Amino acid sequence: MTAPALELDGLGKSFFGVWAVRGVDLDLHPGQILCLVGENGAGKTTLMNMLGGLLPPDEGAMRLGGRPYTPQRPADATEAGIAFIHQELNLFGNLSIAENIVVDRMPTYPGLPLVNRGRMRREARAILDQIGLDLPPDTPVDALAPGEKQLVEIAKAVAAHARIIILDEPTTSLTNRETEVLFRLLRRLRAEGHAMIYISHVLSHVMDLADHIVVLRDGERVGGGPVDAFTIPRMISTMVGRALDQLFPTRSHQPTDQPVLEVDGLSQPGVVKDISLTLHRGEVLGIYGLMGAGRTELARILFGLDPHGEGVIRIAGQAAAGTDARGSIRAGMAFVTEDRRHEGLLMDSSVAENMTLVSIGRFTGRGVLLDRRAIQDAAKTMATQLSLRTGDPTLRQPVRSLSGGNQQKTVIGKWVLQAPEILIMDEPTRGIDVGAKYEVFTIMNDLAARGAGILYISSELEELMGVADRILVMHKGMIAGRFERSDFDSRAILAAAFGRTVQDAAE
Amino acid sequence: MVSHTSAGKGATAGSQQDQGVLTRLAHRVLMSERFVLYLSVILFLAVLPFIPRIATGGNFSNLLSNLWPLLVIAVGQTYVMILAGIDLSQIAVIAVTSVLGAAVMTLGVDPVLFENTVLWGTVMDESGGILSGHWWSMPAALGVMIAVGALIGAFTGAIIAKFEVPAFMMTLVGLLFFSAFAVWLTRSENITNLPESYSAIADRGTFGILSWSAAIAVAVTVAAHVLLSRTVFGRWVYATGMNKKAAVISGVPVRRVVVLCFMISGICAAIGSILYSARLDMGRPAFGDNLNLLLDVIGATVIGGTSLFGGRGEILWTVYGVILFVLLSNALNLLNLSFFTVLIVKGCVILVAAWLDVKRRELLAR
Repeated sequence: MTAPALELDGLGKSFFGVWAVRGVDLDLHPGQILCLVGENGAGKTTLMNMLGGLLPPDEGAMRLGGRPYTPQRPADATEAGIAFIHQELNLFGNLSIAENIVVDRMPTYPGLPLVNRGRMRREARAILDQIGLDLPPDTPVDALAPGEKQLVEIAKAVAAHARIIILDEPTTSLTNRETEVLFRLLRRLRAEGHAMIYISHVLSHVMDLADHIVVLRDGERVGGGPVDAFTIPRMISTMVGRALDQLFPTRSHQPTDQPVLEVDGLSQPGVVKDISLTLHRGEVLGIYGLMGAGRTELARILFGLDPHGEGVIRIAGQAAAGTDARGSIRAGMAFVTEDRRHEGLLMDSSVAENMTLVSIGRFTGRGVLLDRRAIQDAAKTMATQLSLRTGDPTLRQPVRSLSGGNQQKTVIGKWVLQAPEILIMDEPTRGIDVGAKYEVFTIMNDLAARGAGILYISSELEELMGVADRILVMHKGMIAGRFERSDFDSRAILAAAFGRTVQDAAE
Repeated sequence: MVSHTSAGKGATAGSQQDQGVLTRLAHRVLMSERFVLYLSVILFLAVLPFIPRIATGGNFSNLLSNLWPLLVIAVGQTYVMILAGIDLSQIAVIAVTSVLGAAVMTLGVDPVLFENTVLWGTVMDESGGILSGHWWSMPAALGVMIAVGALIGAFTGAIIAKFEVPAFMMTLVGLLFFSAFAVWLTRSENITNLPESYSAIADRGTFGILSWSAAIAVAVTVAAHVLLSRTVFGRWVYATGMNKKAAVISGVPVRRVVVLCFMISGICAAIGSILYSARLDMGRPAFGDNLNLLLDVIGATVIGGTSLFGGRGEILWTVYGVILFVLLSNALNLLNLSFFTVLIVKGCVILVAAWLDVKRRELLAR
């Protein structure tokens, strides 16, 4: 048995007297992929921040290859051969692949402060070959697909001679095919003796990739072992601390046949073409499609953020006025956007302020002044309803400090406060854990039960099949397939998403 | 950067135990919302032994008469800065409104000087401005000044909102255009012979507190504070400054907010112009060249803690920043330093204050 590349021994960290991580032991061996799973707020990020030198541990010790490891700053981690690959990539989009790979040690001409571009390119080429990435080193990173960027990030880690690579939710913005390419690369690196910690909420990926699994809950290690000892249900129940018999809450009601949103022949050149759909009260209408199929674009047009050419949008029978989010909100629409950091939340504002942003006009007590108590009360009620977990019961803490799932609940809360008739949700479960997902579905079902229509956009087919009453499949800006709940069939839906006809797939 | 923070925190925590009360007090001061105000107090106490004159009533009244107009203008700037914008055109607004306000209420000017200006025969002639000679001349002239300020602000704001021109660029254009416009209006002559009721605004009153200037400045500041912190509009301003995309999607009328904030900035500049022009007892087109005033306004707002990147700021912070700035200028003047020395020292003090503020924010962010 080789010496562990990394050992954590009783590692702990507390914030304001609350333990975020406590007594975590972990061994990582060369040539091993260890998957770290746990709900949002379970302590994964804190653990990795200690490893990366961003936070000093309060107790316990870390060892690298048997030697004590006490990083003071991120540079120490890099020097020790640990590379981090985050959800948000740390690449310079305006620079070329080669420049990104050697960014911290550009080769120069001897004695001159000038970059030796030829050598830089050759070095980058060698690294790209080593990881089997066939891209010209001069391509600017901005021109790459998300999956390719991810691979460049890994190339950068390999170039920096990282022995331990930590990947935090690397597949969130990747297509299935890109994910496969990434996994092939990770396995190859494993074979070359790299050690990896892989953090993900996508448990099927974990099962696929892991040698070893460690489960965290409330900052403690609650389970762990070789991958063979785990099944997905067991992982979930260990993470959640109870058996979760179902992933999707049971629907308590049936959709009605009253239309709340009707779209007829909607087209916008280059974006969507001839979209017709009807959303009924109490219905969850799923929209599936691959990246770039025009789902988000459709949602933005429906919400009045982007213009459209031909076609009519009717909300509760009335033609929608035009391109204006305020008008859409007044007509009873709500839009949980795909990108909650940039489009959903005021990250530095408090939870209460975010929650009441849409409905703020309602909170003028007497005259024009805001009734601050009413705002506080409304936010608190909503937080309880959403079982929002925050460290600060007054909801004054900035949303930035919340975990991804709780941030998402805050976005949803701000719309639910408005009691919408139509709720458009674009990838609402991205990057949030199973428990939070279940809660998001529950909120959604409650709204539907109260008569709202829900347009649910997702690239998680299993999830869509679990929650939707009907699924529309988009391909190249058009609707390529319509499925009733009784004919849900993942193969047929996928086929439609790839642009083949349903008949083709059925044959 | 983050590692610095934790190292800094560790150091603070350690020294806290070592040195006890004094360090803890320093820590409290550093962490306080009123940090800049405390900094002013410290500055005041520090210079007191060298220039005891700073604590006399005469000096206080002098200090306050400098404070009120700067405060009003900086309050307007705060709105724009919370939007992540900046309003460089404020001093041009001051110049234009100063000239127009004086022109409509003057009791008569020398025809030789003004015969060839566009104002002659339109808004003023030998017998004075078109609004002169009535009991309501003065308030009407103030109304004209405020309206012109609002108009210029709305114009710049509308272009910024509609065409998404950077605020810096558009207000730079405004600064150049309107300060030249003010000079053109009078062929760079000052308009004098204003009604006494107008110059009475600048009377210092008892210790500079019981004066019209003080009443106006305090009223504007309180109104601006309430508008920003207690109304729907105020929340929209912060939301727009923090994340424009999210604000649009959440139904914030972002364009309207932008236009209104620049209007407020223009109105505040116009009110500042009322106070400054009353003090000089003239309409003065050269206000537009007073870049030092512009730097004082922006400097005081930023030192107060309002972020240049938007989303963060409070009227009270600006009040503290203005106090610090005015006090600093006052102390340096009393030291009888040369003009250049004053600017150099001022620069250094601002640098120190800015550095302390960065450190402080790092500690707070933890």
